[in-house]
Amino acid sequence: MNRHMFFMLAGAMSVALPAIASAQTELTVYTAVEAVDLDRYKATFEKSHPDIKINWVRDSTGVMTAKLLAEKDNPQADVVWGLAATSLLLLKTEGMLEAYQPKGVEALDKKFVDKDNPPSWVGMDAYVAALCYNTVEGEKLGLKAPKSWDDLTKPEYKGHVVMPNPASSGTGFLDVSGWMQMWGEEKAWSFMDKLHENISAYTHSGSKPCKMAGAGEAVIGVSFEFPGAKARSAGAPIDIIFPSEGSGWEAEATAIIAGTANLEAAKTLVDWSVTKEANEMYNAGYAVVAYPGVAKPVEHLPSDIASKMIDNDFEWAANNRATILKEWQKRYDAKSEPKS
Amino acid sequence: MNIALEAPYLPLAGKRLRQETSRDDRIKFGLMAIIGLYLIVALGAPLFVMLSKSLSTYRFDLAAFEFQVSDGTGAKWGPVETADALNRKLGAVAEGDLASSTDGRLAATKFFPDFSFRSPVQYRIRGTTDDAAFLAGSTLEKGTEWREYDSGTFRRIMLRPARTLGLDNFKTYFSTPALARSIYNSVLMATISTVVTISIAFALAYGLTRSCMPLKGLFRGILAIPILVPSLLPGIALVYLFGNQGIFKDWLLGYSIYGPIGIVIGSVFFTLPHAFLIILTALSIADARHYEAAASLKASKWRTFTTVTLPGARFGIVSAAFVVFTLVITDFGLPKVIGGQYGMLAVDIYKQVIGQQNFEMGAVVSVILLVPAILAFAVDRHMQKRQVALLSARAVPYVPKPNVRMDGICLAFACLVSFFILGMIAMCQIAAVVKFWPYDLTLTAKNFAFDLMDGGGWTAYANSIKLALLTALFGSVIVFAGAYMVEKADAFRFGRNVFHFLAMMPMAVPGMVLGLAYIFFFNNPANPLNAIYGTMTILVVSTVTHFYTVAHLTALTALKQMDPEFESVAASLKQPFHRLFFRVTLPVCLPAILNIAIYLFVNAMTTVSAVVFLYAADTKLASVAVLNMDDAGDIAPAAAMGMMIFYTNVAAKLIHALFARGLLARTQAWR
Repeated sequence: MNRHMFFMLAGAMSVALPAIASAQTELTVYTAVEAVDLDRYKATFEKSHPDIKINWVRDSTGVMTAKLLAEKDNPQADVVWGLAATSLLLLKTEGMLEAYQPKGVEALDKKFVDKDNPPSWVGMDAYVAALCYNTVEGEKLGLKAPKSWDDLTKPEYKGHVVMPNPASSGTGFLDVSGWMQMWGEEKAWSFMDKLHENISAYTHSGSKPCKMAGAGEAVIGVSFEFPGAKARSAGAPIDIIFPSEGSGWEAEATAIIAGTANLEAAKTLVDWSVTKEANEMYNAGYAVVAYPGVAKPVEHLPSDIASKMIDNDFEWAANNRATILKEWQKRYDAKSEPKS
Repeated sequence: MNIALEAPYLPLAGKRLRQETSRDDRIKFGLMAIIGLYLIVALGAPLFVMLSKSLSTYRFDLAAFEFQVSDGTGAKWGPVETADALNRKLGAVAEGDLASSTDGRLAATKFFPDFSFRSPVQYRIRGTTDDAAFLAGSTLEKGTEWREYDSGTFRRIMLRPARTLGLDNFKTYFSTPALARSIYNSVLMATISTVVTISIAFALAYGLTRSCMPLKGLFRGILAIPILVPSLLPGIALVYLFGNQGIFKDWLLGYSIYGPIGIVIGSVFFTLPHAFLIILTALSIADARHYEAAASLKASKWRTFTTVTLPGARFGIVSAAFVVFTLVITDFGLPKVIGGQYGMLAVDIYKQVIGQQNFEMGAVVSVILLVPAILAFAVDRHMQKRQVALLSARAVPYVPKPNVRMDGICLAFACLVSFFILGMIAMCQIAAVVKFWPYDLTLTAKNFAFDLMDGGGWTAYANSIKLALLTALFGSVIVFAGAYMVEKADAFRFGRNVFHFLAMMPMAVPGMVLGLAYIFFFNNPANPLNAIYGTMTILVVSTVTHFYTVAHLTALTALKQMDPEFESVAASLKQPFHRLFFRVTLPVCLPAILNIAIYLFVNAMTTVSAVVFLYAADTKLASVAVLNMDDAGDIAPAAAMGMMIFYTNVAAKLIHALFARGLLARTQAWR
């Protein structure tokens, strides 16, 4: 290296180094939150914390969970913000989450916070199992809207019900685990036996049944409230029905990935994610949020959704998932042939 | 030179030449090593890492856990016993139930029949090895240190299985009742789709090369369309056309599109261009002398067809058949959207990997899916021995003669197929501009406002174009060089065979599996190539690899039609191989190379399944955005973005055609 180059390099470094020192901390944040919401979340957070920049990596819950687990030996994410609590629980049991007590977490509804102290994940909002009922197609066929889970087993709905396959979709599993926690295993299985007779398809995505109902491809879609409200505002002739017995639900939650190089920034983000301000932000799409008293009614959804939510035991669901899915596949997969 | 002289002379020349061109051989060997290394790093090693997971089994190792229980006061401790000893006494868990999966849990209370929660009894647990793991609630505990819990907490202790090696995953999979049906369904669907697709593709390619039907260029363009749209769109179009609210629902006579019918129609649609491209290449270089000979021998049309046309295209047809078969059997997108309850192997992978994060079982199904590829390789080797070069040094290009009846039939058939393809595309276009199908059919352009839909729709679009260009550029260089080494290098038989085998594999590997394999391989901190993880480079590498096989086969088909005599002539004139390569081989194969480049380009624009695991914050892709928008329920904007990709690909095709015309005018004058 000649002297000329040396000086040039030194000069370049003296310019570059201070720039690096004062640069923003960049956080790689994995999420399954609806893409439309991401820009809003990022902008709102970065406004109050200009020193931290969020880089989103977004995909569906299943893909994100698989990616996180596959990257286990060399995690790429700093924070997970907006992934199903069940998925985060899975990561926790693999020792992948950094336990952290966010400032102000006491204000949140207990059922939205990991039971351990300090918690490994903290909730943001909930999605709740619901039925999407196509009123136009229902009328054509002379059907009445179902009011309860039990109604779905009525013979008149034969071939008109679509639900997510619990082996492919987290939403499908939350339905099944919800029934089991409400009724006990035996009654839940006998209910599903009868329901199976009416099912025209088990889909591979949790929101698909509602979309199929919205497009008239099915009359009743067993799904959750968010895609229902969305389809309604897009113009789908559907009613969103919360069954009278109560509904299983899933929390969207936030967690820090163990071993992150940006722990301080990650903590700042998680601290912010439990604030009232953040919860007001979640409320734009979700009717139930973790911060009590914040939620305002969301268009197309009833205001009392929170009262429909069963007492969901995430740990029980996670511990029994493998057994339940095995039995489910034995009962319904082998004979799930197309019904013309 | 007459034929009698030629035959005994050649092998002699070959032997002598090998010694004389040893420098050439060294260069060839070096090149082959580089490209071989590329394939091993980009394909072999990641796949090995992924597929070896199929042998990772999980089992509860009861001997690895020790317990100690206190008396009723919680103060005096009983003897230390392993879970294994307790189980032998109690028979709490049957031997067969010890087999588990990554996510397996076994409640510790099973070994304590007297367990009552809220009793004052205390429990201690520890592992006897450092790896023994259990969950206290949902917290992972490991190691040989004693841990003490009250009965309320002990209720929440779950033992975790230990990883071992074995074939248990295969046993589990083969004992699943739905499996036999999945295999049967997959093979049936793939076979039906293959027969239908190959028949249609051959008839079309035949019409385009052997008849004087008009508008050949137009039909050639239309037939490439299915490859230009993201795979989600045909699914949407089929539902809109034949679904429960479909326009032509009645055409299915009461049968549902959700299931085998939908899978076959969709499969034929998306595999047709692949088959067509390969068969067209095989048919397009014909030696007119063969046809003249047939005519002078007064052979019937049919006889000419079966003895001249078919044998010449045999290699292409078999290749195309295997391509279609493996494409159908490994595709999960279509059965996922339109397959209803019809179980298929590729969907099983989706269920295991995405639904249950069970990578081991996903790997098991992937291994099963490799069987067709290995078969394809074996048959391909067998066929190759019997393949004769069509384009000999003295070949005369075939020029079809007009025949009103024949031309009419070919034209009618091409019109019919084109109608089907254009109908599907028209439906996609309609889906992209209506407000809400099927209840609000007013037209709107707001679906094209992508920045409102998915985080950075236009950025993703720009990323996709960059990926496609890089893939086309590097991909065609690598693929053609690789194919050249396989076909024209005359030594290193073993290396060439291994190389060819590797090149046939990507076809049979579902994209999802390739994507995960890349995570496991490249995201390993011990891997020196770790730095490319999360960059555009890994997307390019994975895409080139994902679409390697068809590109490789196209290059090979083109190279095979060149007489090896070119090589011997060059060698006897003491010309180095690179001069022959750049002066003869490359120009002759230029159309094929351009085809490979455009093939890689359009596939890079539309691909989803592998890259979905690999893109990072700043490398989002348009094709992934399509999937995500559809996932979010924004079907119309998804269709709109899909059509943007389609129009981009059409533009690329047109530029390719213009470029090719100019270039071919200079290089293909000999034809």
